[in-house]
Amino acid sequence: MFDYAIFLAYALLSLALVLSFVRLVLGPSLPDRVVALELLASLTVGFIGVAVVATGRSAYLDVAMVLALTAFLAAIAFARYLEKGGYRSGD
Amino acid sequence: MVTEGLTAFFLVAGAGFMLIAALGLLRMPDLLTRMHATTKAGVLGAGLIMVGAAIFIGQLTVVVKAIAVIAFLILTAPIAAHALGRAGYFVGVPLWSETHTDELEGRYDRDTHTLASSGDTPAGQVEERPGENRSES
Repeated sequence: MFDYAIFLAYALLSLALVLSFVRLVLGPSLPDRVVALELLASLTVGFIGVAVVATGRSAYLDVAMVLALTAFLAAIAFARYLEKGGYRSGD
Repeated sequence: MVTEGLTAFFLVAGAGFMLIAALGLLRMPDLLTRMHATTKAGVLGAGLIMVGAAIFIGQLTVVVKAIAVIAFLILTAPIAAHALGRAGYFVGVPLWSETHTDELEGRYDRDTHTLASSGDTPAGQVEERPGENRSES
């Protein structure tokens, strides 16, 4: 029963990963791709949370914390980069 | 048994919310509505999964770490969404074709990053658009 729940959580997260990867490829604009990357990062945090339960190794939570931090920094850096780039008609 | 049931509930609920976030990211029509889907549902999903992991392990250090991750997600997600939405508007990402109100239109200076208040009209801009009933203070 419990194993099925973990399997279901993994399956749902994998499906979400595929869907957001489709958005990452399709775009159409660079901010859309950055939003998709941000969701991929929080999906990975979710994966790590499920892996903590599946393996029982709580040390993985440190990875989740660092990943959340770097994802935030990446989003802020992309936002600054976009603003410095100025107005664009389409990319 | 109770612990396992609660953990399973939180894991599946969190994964479900993250799937909803990804579905919204794929299906929503423009940047701001996509961010509306991913920011809230994504953080809620990751937070629920962290709650599940904390309940399952049950040690104090793990609970504190999980709470730290959740607090960090809740603190940073609005800031990142704000910065990305601002940058997206600033670089001219097109809004949805059925968007009917853009409060910043004509008021936001793309060069100086300043926002005109509702009283003064920016130079070269028409203040009122026809057919729009806006209450002026």
